[in-house]
Amino acid sequence: MTTFIELLLGGVSLGSVYALIALGFVVIFRATEVVNFAHASLLLAGGYVTAVLSDDIGFWPALLTGIASGALVGAAIEFLVLRRYRGSDHSVLAIVTIGVDILLVTDLTRRIGTDVLAVRDPWGDQLLTIGSVSLAQTRVAALLVAGLLITAFLLAFRYTSWGVAMRAAAENAGTAALMGIRLGRVSLGAWAVAGGLAAVAALFLTVFPTPGLERATSLAALKAFPAAILGGLDSTTGALAGGLIVGVTESLATGYQSDLTFLGRGLGDLAPYLVMIAILLVRPAGLLGTKETARV
Amino acid sequence: MSEPAEHTAVRRRPYDGSRTQQRRFRSPAVPRDPRVCLWAVGTVLLLALPFYLDRFWLQAGLFAMAAAIGAIGINLLTGATGQLSMGHAFFLAVGAYGYCAFAGDGGDGLLGLGLPTWLAVPAAVATAGAAGGLFSPIAGRLRGAYLGIATLALIFIGQHVLFNAEDLTGGFNGRDVPPLSVFGLTFDDAEVTVAAVPFGAAEKLWYAGLVLLLCCGLFARGVLRDRPGRALNAIRDHRIAAGVMGVPVARYRAAVFVLSSMYAGLAGVLLALVFQRTVPDYFGMALSLEYLAMIVIGGLGSVSGAVLGAALVALLPQLLTRYSEALPLVSDPGTGGIAPGEASRYLYGAAVVAVVLFLPGGLASLTARRSSSTPGEDR
Repeated sequence: MTTFIELLLGGVSLGSVYALIALGFVVIFRATEVVNFAHASLLLAGGYVTAVLSDDIGFWPALLTGIASGALVGAAIEFLVLRRYRGSDHSVLAIVTIGVDILLVTDLTRRIGTDVLAVRDPWGDQLLTIGSVSLAQTRVAALLVAGLLITAFLLAFRYTSWGVAMRAAAENAGTAALMGIRLGRVSLGAWAVAGGLAAVAALFLTVFPTPGLERATSLAALKAFPAAILGGLDSTTGALAGGLIVGVTESLATGYQSDLTFLGRGLGDLAPYLVMIAILLVRPAGLLGTKETARV
Repeated sequence: MSEPAEHTAVRRRPYDGSRTQQRRFRSPAVPRDPRVCLWAVGTVLLLALPFYLDRFWLQAGLFAMAAAIGAIGINLLTGATGQLSMGHAFFLAVGAYGYCAFAGDGGDGLLGLGLPTWLAVPAAVATAGAAGGLFSPIAGRLRGAYLGIATLALIFIGQHVLFNAEDLTGGFNGRDVPPLSVFGLTFDDAEVTVAAVPFGAAEKLWYAGLVLLLCCGLFARGVLRDRPGRALNAIRDHRIAAGVMGVPVARYRAAVFVLSSMYAGLAGVLLALVFQRTVPDYFGMALSLEYLAMIVIGGLGSVSGAVLGAALVALLPQLLTRYSEALPLVSDPGTGGIAPGEASRYLYGAAVVAVVLFLPGGLASLTARRSSSTPGEDR
């Protein structure tokens, strides 16, 4: 029972990190209707800056620089690439982001090489023990930070003028533009926010119990894709639900791996995708996604 | 681009792609068409190459042929129908390992059914198609980029199975590929001398690859130019209108997914025959992205685009490897510079972005004369 609670809590914490990534992904999709396949490389970029600088300038300044550079890379992709596209077909833009992803991932993995870049975080490998349940401090921090950021984001999305502008642009871009909302700025903002959130998530994907930032980190970041799509691509709440489902599934599948040996090693990495397929079979639009209706 | 315009001006009636006109152009007046001469020269060149090129370039060419077959398939799906797939590496793996399993004799302790190898090829392709069919409840219902995300799952499922089902795949170390043998001719390294040139596996496979590529290209062209192609383009351009006009959208989406996975399976078989050994690492995410890059660079929705892009993306790393000493910045892996594989990834990554932004029809739109029915222009 203790193991189960530990795994569950670990899963929820991991899930909240995935939710952070998925949230950025959904925000980009809502603001610009672009499915951003470069999201994993955004995360890798932010994480790389944090990991490299944390030795030299200390953890907190490095984290801030990492977040800023994640946001900067996101904004740069929007400004330098997507804004140059003059057509109207958004599925083509998804392909552009694949090109960007190839470029960024190639560059970053070349820089990382075969190294494992450890982040000098203040939590280290300490555990927090309540009763018989113990949890890594990094996991607790992840849960708190992700929860805080997501709450702040959802409040901003609902109440600030920035949030209103973004929702208006998502609802109907033409009308929003006529109302004086600068669509370019909205989508730039969306990409920057997504990049920043991804950089924070990168931190928590590279601290204990993972050894540090390595090539495979971008593969871990890919799990935010099933999180986003099984919650529903256009739903921010869906991203949260999806993230949690993916996190808990992965944690339980990894934890009970020894009971599931007939399915092979490394089941934890596979489980999120299997859950995604199962959910898509029943609900093609995702759990909370709006079912597409069209007037002809 | 003034040249194509001149050609059309010479004709009595502008070419509008209609059936009667196509037929008239195939009548005795055809040899005057410069494209026919180009085809003839190209065919002779391709048939003669094994007599002159060394093994390295023949293998590179074979990779390009296998890639072209796979790219034609994914272009049917992504280019013609607008359905993104990130999971094609999985179907390549099914084809490659399927062939090994059907043709293997079990001598290496791995599962082998011992079928004759010429039968194992269609069996492997059919298995890839069946795997695509299993995914059809999702492939039929999701559209565009949504399907792209869902097919990510295939990559991870594929990698998981390849590493874990050791009886079938040989695990991390992969398994040997039995050489193909058709009508008593075996495509292995036993040398046959033809016109004073020793023919090894690469030379013999070269011709098999050419035949396969030609058949695949012609079949896909037939699909694209006829009723199914128009239906697929209609689904891409306006799904609802297509449905209203009586195109069964879900069924067509599922069908084109199956077809494209069969193409990928065949590409996998050919790759396995060229490599002579299959390893699971090869069939990862990067391979899927490579195939997408091919069709985007070459031109979405056309057979020639897929072949062009495949040739470019598949030959690029080989070219860079061969000439790495002569090139600035590029150097051998592990010496600090940019390795040839990375350099080519930089190049085609940038090419994907540049092509989409500045040359929406891809490279095929530069070389081919565009007719009004060519997709990608009249969106």
